[in-house]
Amino acid sequence: MDPTTFETHPSRYHHWKLAVAGDVATLTMAVDGDHPHKPGYELKLNSYDLSVDIELADAIQRLRFEHPEVRACVVTADLDRVFCSGANIYMLGLSSHSFKVNFCKFTNETRLYLEDASANSGLKFLAACKGTTAGGGYELALACDDIVLVDDGNSAVSFPETPLLAVLPGTGGLTRLVDKRKVRRDRADVFCTVAEGIKGKRAKDWGLVDGLVARSKWDAEVAARAAKLAAASAGVAKGPAVQLDALAPVIGKDSFAYRHVTMTIDRAARTAAFVIAAPTAPPPADSATAGADLWSLRAFRELDDALLRLRFDYPEIAVVTLRTKGDRAQVLAHDAALAKDASGFAREVRLLQRRVLKRLDNTARSLYAVADAADSCFAGVLLETALAADRFYMLIDGAGEIAVATSVANAGANPTATGLTRLEARFYGEPAQVAKVLGRGADGPISSEDAEVLGLATVALDDIDFADELRIAIEERVSLSPDALTGMEASLRFVGPETVETKIFGRLSAWQNWIFTRANSTGERGALTLYGRPERPVFQLNRT
Amino acid sequence: MTAVITDEKIPNNVNLAGDRRLQRALEEWQPHFLSWWQDMGPVGFQAKDVYLRTAVSVEADGWAHFDYVKMPDYRWGIFLEPKQAGRVHGFGDFQGQPVWDEVPGEFRNMLRRLVVTQGDTEPASVEQQRHLGSTAPSLYDLRNLFQVNVEEGRHLWAMVYLLHTYFGRDGREEAEELLKRRSGDSDKPRILGAFNEPTPHWLSFFMFTMFTDRDGKYQLAALAESGFDPLARTCRFMLTEEAHHMFVGETGVQRVVKRACELMKQAPNGDVRALGGIDLPTIQKYLNLHFTLSLDLFGGEVSSNAADAFAAGLKGRYKEDRYDEHKLIGTHYTMDVLEDGKAVTKDIAMRNALNEVLRNEYIKDCQRGVDRWNKTIKDEGIDFELKLPSHKFHRQIGMWSTVCATPAGELIDRAEFDARKHAWLPSEADETYIKSLMHAVTEPGKMASWVAPPAKGINGLPGEFEYVRLGA
Repeated sequence: MDPTTFETHPSRYHHWKLAVAGDVATLTMAVDGDHPHKPGYELKLNSYDLSVDIELADAIQRLRFEHPEVRACVVTADLDRVFCSGANIYMLGLSSHSFKVNFCKFTNETRLYLEDASANSGLKFLAACKGTTAGGGYELALACDDIVLVDDGNSAVSFPETPLLAVLPGTGGLTRLVDKRKVRRDRADVFCTVAEGIKGKRAKDWGLVDGLVARSKWDAEVAARAAKLAAASAGVAKGPAVQLDALAPVIGKDSFAYRHVTMTIDRAARTAAFVIAAPTAPPPADSATAGADLWSLRAFRELDDALLRLRFDYPEIAVVTLRTKGDRAQVLAHDAALAKDASGFAREVRLLQRRVLKRLDNTARSLYAVADAADSCFAGVLLETALAADRFYMLIDGAGEIAVATSVANAGANPTATGLTRLEARFYGEPAQVAKVLGRGADGPISSEDAEVLGLATVALDDIDFADELRIAIEERVSLSPDALTGMEASLRFVGPETVETKIFGRLSAWQNWIFTRANSTGERGALTLYGRPERPVFQLNRT
Repeated sequence: MTAVITDEKIPNNVNLAGDRRLQRALEEWQPHFLSWWQDMGPVGFQAKDVYLRTAVSVEADGWAHFDYVKMPDYRWGIFLEPKQAGRVHGFGDFQGQPVWDEVPGEFRNMLRRLVVTQGDTEPASVEQQRHLGSTAPSLYDLRNLFQVNVEEGRHLWAMVYLLHTYFGRDGREEAEELLKRRSGDSDKPRILGAFNEPTPHWLSFFMFTMFTDRDGKYQLAALAESGFDPLARTCRFMLTEEAHHMFVGETGVQRVVKRACELMKQAPNGDVRALGGIDLPTIQKYLNLHFTLSLDLFGGEVSSNAADAFAAGLKGRYKEDRYDEHKLIGTHYTMDVLEDGKAVTKDIAMRNALNEVLRNEYIKDCQRGVDRWNKTIKDEGIDFELKLPSHKFHRQIGMWSTVCATPAGELIDRAEFDARKHAWLPSEADETYIKSLMHAVTEPGKMASWVAPPAKGINGLPGEFEYVRLGA
């Protein structure tokens, strides 16, 4: 099987058109039915699959880095009567469970990126829905700041998933409906059971959309609203523009070698070994002069790409070992320089690191961070990867060469989905420990022994025991149920308060993935299985 | 406005006098309907006496009551075919079970959509045809136009009755929306594309009533099989009226064809246009246009909606009882589909192919009408044949909309289609010419230059009868 490619460029888009005019960009969905992610289905009526969402994610990323002048983005469609009809149902019907889950997860992450750009980057989004806005199409609209729906007496917004497919709006739709837009929950209940959706005045009255616009006034009103959104984010620092080059990893048989990151798959052992290398030179005084070569940017783009390949192309891999190598001082210097840099570009790099670390948190594989070599380099932002892991194994080398180090990156720059930092999540029961660790970190590297005492290392052992302990831990992990591990890890990783973000992923992981495996959706007579086929579904009637 | 709701004003067989819920709904809706009729119904002629047929009961002598009436005073009634005791579902997953007299909750949304989509076409065609009165080729045709218009209005009433009676508040809101959408208005368009195309002159009116109203016949016939009994009974009654609309279309085109043949023989070089007629090749182009617009109304070739509606017993096939098998599980329909840009023949699960099945029944029916036109041409001694174009030609909906084809069904590229399209479809010059012929002829019994007189008049009356009293 050819590896999935998550890298693309506007010049190669099949499904979107990106146009920039002044401080407003227009991202037009124009799904090319003949270019699905995999053969076997046709992308009709602006329905989407992974290939469409990969381009959307790319476009959002490029707007942030390459078009900092843009302060508002209009998300719209090229079809006259259809905005977007959601995820392609035939694609879902043909997909494995693992693919469906990862597809939904990726689309959720992409929609969160729209919201992240709105909250933190001075880039607001307007969903200009000039026609049917159904399922995932409405979920995309919900991720925007402002939703306008054409008032033509016919076009509606809808969540037809439950009545038509016996599943849920899978891209965070239900959570955004009541938690983000605060639609009254009884009305949301009605809305989610009317397959054809709700249009016109009622859609506005219920808070499903922000504005209704007649066709004849459409272009003017959309332009006015986009200008207003752009003006509202005028105070946010922007730029300078940096072009994102291709990552172009060297792909071997089950190995991916990027400039700073390598991922090596061992199919027999069901493990993936990640190694992240520290920068080898000091940071530039002005981050943007390094452009896309800036280590803080490049290394995390690479990690992001590798994680996506792991998720989609290696579903059988159970355990990921995370190792780092290089000069701790260089990582700390890069963290410090990035934190000091007030430019819009530096902020975007910080936000990208934050998003990639969240992608790691959300990767449903057992994550073991391992510090077992003298050049191990869990410092600052790389220490975050160890704190994201389910366990952290450290070798006690006696000389104290193996050590971790903290930086500003551990002190609030990289909150997780719960809003807690990874240190706060780790010490949820002993909040004072956070300051203690950061205080100790300020004095210099923390050896393995000290890291264990401070509660950073899960297991710290000397060379007599270490290798065997790690081997057994991995072999044991691999033997456990993948399903139970996914549930267990997610429950433990997201200790702390619920947020819209944790609810979206939590509900996806729990409810939707439960429903996806039930006969009523994907059984022989299930609604998702039979969609588009001649037979009607037959439900198993027991409720829990 | 409450006094208007009486059995006298609104002839019906649905016990309107005893149905407070329906009365209340109609009290609200009926004045809005009348103001819609004034705003969007036929332009002019509202105060004239028109010799119209009114349905006053479902009895044999009641459905066609002829008299002069002013259109706003037309008694739009509500009629359902009488209930058949013991009727059962004739097809789908509920075959053999008693039909439903109330809407089952499970199918409420799907049914409402079917009713709204059908209902939306009725006022749409009135709007499309509203300017035609000023250029009618005869009083006979003018009267037929208005007959079609008031009956489309009554068909709207029939659908609104269903919405009011069976769909609660949502139904009342949809009934209001039916009066708010406007054909061709980009702000509030009618739901289906063909109902937003203009009917700018009488040739297009005849083609519309021949081809687009015939789509209506097939849709109504499919709904007349419905296991939701009130819908079935409503549609059965509507079909009796629809037949007249197709009569107007088929005989209208036939008269234009006949006149073209006559003029071909009169004109020294056969130039029909020189004598103020519409030549046969131009008629063929309008046939191509309206036939293909109407094919679109049947929906996608492979359709999950069609399968769902059949499975649920809501929409059947044309004349379901002609078939032996009514479940359609495990059976297939062999049809043309588009694959990788090529037309190939494939077996499609029958339920998913039902739009295509209905479309093919429709095409056969259209062919019978075209055969009669060709007989007229032959009888006139002219060597010319009108032809229905391929279902692949000039489509806006469905799989063939993504490719270009000749009227013979050969797939060609877009550039070739654009270069040749005016040989197949009306050009602006054709439109300009047809419109130049459109002048009102108001003397009883007289006809415009481009159309032959009808074979007989209305209700056994002579051709020179004053079907519309313009002086009154």
